[in-house]
Amino acid sequence: MIEFTMPALGADMEEGTLNEWLVAPGDTVARGDIVAVVETTKAAVEIECFHDGVVGELLVPVGETVQVGAPMATLLSPGETAPPRTSTTPSAAPVATPSAAPMATPSAAPAATPSAAPAAVPSATEPPHRRWVSPAARRTAESLGVDVMTVTGTGPQGAVIISDVEKAAASAKKPEPTPVAAPATKPKPKPAAAADRASQMRKAIAAAMGRSKREIPHYYLMHEIPLEKALTWLTEHNAHRSITERLLPAVLQLKAVGLAAQRFTEFNGFWRDDNFVPASGVHVGVAISLRGGGLVAPAIHDVPEKKLDELMSDLTDLVARARAGSLRSSEMSDPTITVTNLGDKGVDAVYGVIYPPQVALVGFGKPAQQVCVVDGGIRVVTAMQATLSADHRASDGHRGGLFLAEIDQLLQQPDVLEK
Amino acid sequence: MTQDDIRGAVLSVLTTIAPEVEADDIRDDALLRDQVDLDSMDWLNFLVGIHKRFQVDIPEADYATLRTLDDVVRYVGARQHS
Repeated sequence: MIEFTMPALGADMEEGTLNEWLVAPGDTVARGDIVAVVETTKAAVEIECFHDGVVGELLVPVGETVQVGAPMATLLSPGETAPPRTSTTPSAAPVATPSAAPMATPSAAPAATPSAAPAAVPSATEPPHRRWVSPAARRTAESLGVDVMTVTGTGPQGAVIISDVEKAAASAKKPEPTPVAAPATKPKPKPAAAADRASQMRKAIAAAMGRSKREIPHYYLMHEIPLEKALTWLTEHNAHRSITERLLPAVLQLKAVGLAAQRFTEFNGFWRDDNFVPASGVHVGVAISLRGGGLVAPAIHDVPEKKLDELMSDLTDLVARARAGSLRSSEMSDPTITVTNLGDKGVDAVYGVIYPPQVALVGFGKPAQQVCVVDGGIRVVTAMQATLSADHRASDGHRGGLFLAEIDQLLQQPDVLEK
Repeated sequence: MTQDDIRGAVLSVLTTIAPEVEADDIRDDALLRDQVDLDSMDWLNFLVGIHKRFQVDIPEADYATLRTLDDVVRYVGARQHS
């Protein structure tokens, strides 16, 4: 039997609240399936399963807040049958359940579904589906007494957002035209819940960044990267495409960092227990600022293996979901290195704070025209400042310089990035 | 579609991207990206929204001409009549 526990979705997470189970006992799940939605200070996160198996019991009821690592459900391995149930149904208490769970006898009886379980199961067992509800909308729905499952979402990717909930609430009590029902007036969603979330997120960021600066001996490097080739390539590439298929420069940056991190492995991984542990894949965390304050840095997986079109659609999707407050557990927990880009209207250079336990962060400033000496003559070229913040326990400045130079070289070869 | 209709629809696309914006506060002749905090992804999403809402093609070369609300409304108007 496998215990499915509350995952740590980033260094700053201590506990999470179960919003929804998307599976019921007896359901077959595969690694990567989304089985639950957990609310953290940063988003309502879709929790993916790490194993193949059959859901045994759900140990945590909807609405309960549990610590990271606390058991949330049991899973039976393929072929395993449910252990004999004791008469006392396990309470839903999130405190540690007996860790040495009785091993199930492998008397294969696949037909016998663990039907005894449902009694202990919390009621909310909707059929598995993907439905994004922004945390603010969820809270508003609670306070207004609206069932979010009945609300039509109009946010990014069909996510249910505050205004949807308010519309649903308004239409539910038609006779009295509430102010929110007036079409022209925008909802002013500044209830206590939103402020509370903002302050929670502030605390989480404070904890992670405080830890970073206490524990990580940062060093910082800066390197100017000419962008003419990349931007010319991008202009030509985009000229033949509909607006829905065009690429942003940020995608070239992401791919360049991903490929460089694959070659310079000491920047791609984690500092754990006084050791650097290189990561097996390159999952680039993208710092995304949220409207109304705060930020998240969820991962785009396997960046070096993806074509630019795929990275663009991944990035578009990720930004939309991050802003709607709906991310997946692997996106929160998997980044192996982070990229921050303060935008084309932003600053010249950014020296970031590393997100522990990662060991490096690459920052890009805005592209700007610079006077440069090229082949002994003075020219005006478009360039940007790329920076590296790195953990000196895991790497040294010499390699850091080479790493930035590699990103530069890759950005001079857009055709290589495209592959 | 009148200019006013177009203006209203453009603003509704904008407030989808930036929900905190009060449509009434947007000035027609001031740079949109100075009035609303839009990063390059937001700006692309805004133009994609305009493209979908009005069925107009917006070549990348035209991005630079679309700076104010008024610019966008005129741009859409000109292409809808032709």
